[in-house]
Order: sequence, then C-alpha cells, then structure tokens
Amino acid sequence: MEKVSKSFGPVKALQEVDLSVERGEVVVVVGPSGSGKSTLCRCINRLEPVDSGTVMIDGVPLPEEGKALAKLRADVGMVFQSFNLFAHKTVLENVTLGPTKVRGLSRSEARQRAMELLRRVGIDDKADRYPAELSGGQQQRAAIARALAMEPKLMLFDEPTSALDPEMIKEVLDVMTELASEGKTMVVVSHEMGFARSAAQRVVFMDDGRIVEVAPPDRFFSDPQSERAKDFLSKILAH
Amino acid sequence: MSITVALTLTSFAAALVIGTVVAAFRVSPVAPLRAAGAAWVEVLRNIPLSVLMLGFYFGFTKIDIRYGEFATAVIVLSAYTSSFVAETVRAGINSVARGQAEAARSIGLTFPQSLRVVVLPQAMRTVVAPLGSVFIALIKNSSLAGLIAVVELTDMADRISFDTARPIPAFLGAAVGYLLLALPSGAVVGLLERRAAIKR
Repeated sequence: MEKVSKSFGPVKALQEVDLSVERGEVVVVVGPSGSGKSTLCRCINRLEPVDSGTVMIDGVPLPEEGKALAKLRADVGMVFQSFNLFAHKTVLENVTLGPTKVRGLSRSEARQRAMELLRRVGIDDKADRYPAELSGGQQQRAAIARALAMEPKLMLFDEPTSALDPEMIKEVLDVMTELASEGKTMVVVSHEMGFARSAAQRVVFMDDGRIVEVAPPDRFFSDPQSERAKDFLSKILAH
Repeated sequence: MSITVALTLTSFAAALVIGTVVAAFRVSPVAPLRAAGAAWVEVLRNIPLSVLMLGFYFGFTKIDIRYGEFATAVIVLSAYTSSFVAETVRAGINSVARGQAEAARSIGLTFPQSLRVVVLPQAMRTVVAPLGSVFIALIKNSSLAGLIAVVELTDMADRISFDTARPIPAFLGAAVGYLLLALPSGAVVGLLERRAAIKR
C-alpha cells in the first residue's frame, strides 16, 4: 500500500501509510488502541475504502465495489475479532458457502475439503453444530477454516484472539503458527507479543495512524529504535 | 369469505416479494436504487388505501386498461402492503450484525449475494412477528376492495344488510368472519416465530 490515508470524521485513522508485504511473509502489526492497526487491516481488502493512496494486491490496485472487488476479496482471507460466523448456518455450511457460491465447487467436493480443513483446525466433530453452540476458540478456528477454504493468497487477521478467554487463545495461536510455518502470507493485527516474536518475519509498530517502526521481531523487542515503541513495549512487557 | 381469503393470500404473496426487493433497494450501495425504494415506500404508505383503491380503479379505466375489479384490488393491496413489508424487512436487515455482511463480503460474495444468502435469511427470522401484523392488517384492509365492487366479506355484509334491512346481524357476521381469519393467523405466526428462531 502506498500513501494510504483514511479518516473517520475528524479522526485520522491512517496517515500516508506505506507498507508492502512479500509473498510468504508473516507481518504482525502491533500498537496501542486507536493507532490504526485494524483500519490498516480492513483497508487491505477494502472493507474500509481508503480516502487517498493506493492498495495493490499482486501489483493490481483494488477496484471499486462490485464484481471485480468481490473476486479479489475471495483471494484474501479475513479473520475477525468477533468471529462473524454466519449464525444461521452450521459450521460446515459456513466453510462450504464460499467455495460453492464463489468458486463454483460442487457440494460434495466443497464438503470434503471443508471437512479436511475442520480436521486441521481440530473441530471436525463440530461440523454440524451451529456457531452459537461452540466456544469462542472453536468459533475462531471455524472462522479460520472458512477463510482458508477459499485458498487465499493472503490471510488477514484482525485481532483474532482479543475476544477470547486466555485458555482459548493458545488453540487459535497454534493454528496460526502452523499456517505461518507452512509459508502462508499473513498480516496479523494482534496484541500477542509471543506470537509476533515466534512467527513474524517483521513487526510493524503503529501509533496515531502512522507506521512508526518496522523491524524483525528479535530486534524490535530487544532494541526498539523509536521512543514511542520503547514506551509501548515498556508498558506491555512490564508484567 | 373465500374472496377475502383469496384477496389476502394473493396480495400478501406479491407484497412479500415486492417488499423484500424494495427493502433490498433501500439498503443498496447504489444511490438511485435507494432513492427509488424510498420513493416507493413513502408514496404508497402515505396515501389512504381507499384513495389508492378508487384512484387506480378509475385511473385504469380512464387509460383503458381493464384488469377487472378483483385484479385491480390485488394490485392495489399488494402495492400498498409492500411498502409496509419493505419497512419491516429493512428493520430486520438493520438488526443483523454488521460483521455478518462483512464476513460474507470477505469470502468474495457480491453485495446482492451476501444480502440473499447471509443477511436476508437472518433478517426474515427476526421479522416474522411484525410481518404477521402486516398480514393481519391486510386481512382487514381487503375490506376496502368492496369500494370497487369486489364482493368480499364486508361488501357481502353490506349487501345482505341492504337486502334484509337488518344491518346488525349482517355486520356482526362479517366481524365474526374477520375474527375467524385473523385469530388463527396470529396463532400460525406465533408457531412460525418459534420455528424460525436462530439458535443463539
């Protein structure tokens, strides 16, 4: 993304942000609340249209809302803080919806692949349950399976563990760590510093709508360059 | 009474379809569609049904379109009721969490697809009860078809009252007829509501 800016009324959520993510790279975006991390993530698949600047995927700028954008979004998986599983559909139907409606897969093929994915995230026994019958961690793993079912080029995670109990955070992070180790391209907005340390190739630190610092995790955590990052880390790592 | 039932059922089926489409227009990202949907609702909802009924009846005759009284009554009742259905469905759409539509779009569904496959099915479940009220209102509104010589329940009572010069039993009979239609409808709505509830 180049020089991307976005405001909500008087609030400047993003100010001239430049960021590029390589194929196969895992980038973790950290920063205080309101720093623009989630907005950054949501601008990448244009759930949030940008005010100015360009977002490009594989060198192609994001089109306007419509069929072309829908097609592009199919290649960008997204996992939300609040899971957002389709409440009226079973876990299995959640995962097969995209492949059948968007990719045109047959029901049986979509089903078979969905079951494989659900097995991978460890909830194949919940396939016929409705989202509300699952724990938060299970719901989030189902949501990851739903996104993976589209075989996306890039996965976006918007604070995927922020709404979870501590015990459930691990089961979701385990799945994400596995994805990262398989070479999936990932942009993860998160407060999980442990995950950033172990899985990220680069950590992006944001504050006040700007990218303040970009560094490999070991350098970012041991020797942050900017004052703001030092301050942030001293607060969150104090306990 | 069978005419009243036929008027109500035909008009409600049409009103459900038209109203849902109009509701979709009203939440569309395309501004002209939104405007068209709003215009449809505001015009039809704010003119008395009796005026619409007589206006269309004489209007059709004037431009030499002859649908017959029953068909004209169905057209007017459907159009009028569709404005209420549209507002009800729109409220339902707005009650579905925003994240549902965002998730739908994030897996590559287009706006119309996400509305049809994800948002509307959930919206419809939450508006079963208010749609039931619209249906019951329609049963009673169908009495205005009598204005254009469709012999439904009220018009029948009127004719009997005129022929026999005994208005009270005639209209009491009509009242009982409406109750016999509306009360079971309410019960069916209650049943549907329980069956449609999403597990949460």
